[in-house]
Amino acid sequence: MADGVKPRVKVPSKAAAGEAITIKTLISHPMESGQRKDSSGNVIPRSIINRFTCEFNGESVIDITMEPAISTNPYFEFEATVPEAGEFKFTWYDDDGSVYEDSKKIEIG
Amino acid sequence: MNLTRRKTLALGGAAALAALLPKGAAAATSEEWIAEFTGGADMADSGLELTAPEIAENGNTVPIEVSAPGASEILVLATGNPTPGVAKFTFGALAASQYASTRIRLAGTQDVVAIAKLADGTFAKASKTVKVTIGGCGG
Repeated sequence: MADGVKPRVKVPSKAAAGEAITIKTLISHPMESGQRKDSSGNVIPRSIINRFTCEFNGESVIDITMEPAISTNPYFEFEATVPEAGEFKFTWYDDDGSVYEDSKKIEIG
Repeated sequence: MNLTRRKTLALGGAAALAALLPKGAAAATSEEWIAEFTGGADMADSGLELTAPEIAENGNTVPIEVSAPGASEILVLATGNPTPGVAKFTFGALAASQYASTRIRLAGTQDVVAIAKLADGTFAKASKTVKVTIGGCGG
């Protein structure tokens, strides 16, 4: 597991039923591309998050496959429909098999 | 774990092989990426919007946006990077719009290409040239 991985997600706490909301996610991760070399000329091995998914009450909102060209601390912004009250679940999959999760509840109001 | 001479050699061999494999993957060109995604289908020029800055001072973090109403998938490629793949967005049933924004790395001045698979099964392509002052791939 890469050090200091911390997911941050911004979701409004309330929405009208059927409303489209904007979700912003950021996760602190070095996203080592496998192209860089250290001071002695050795290639630093690739270590990235290769997939991100967002689900609402078990239904998919977005599924992103990531390559090394995604910047350090991967940031994503996208829009979701909120049909009912429930919970957004965010999952990041690391190259090394680690899985980072976060979730946010949303109310109808 | 006891490392005998034989085991050490075997490990070294495996490591050497592992080191060779990513090079094989990196050989995939953006044309190959596109062919794999579209299956060789024609691509329309409209239906997909790619927003990227004209000039990016820092290639390490270049903000981009893709938007293609009704698309099920959008593939983003950086044609001038050592490995052209950037990301593939797959939109689910609850995506309010087929829009996403992220930050990418660009090794130098190059074309960023996005290809969307639209609702009717056709493909749309958009590309944008981004001038990069300082490349973002290090070493």
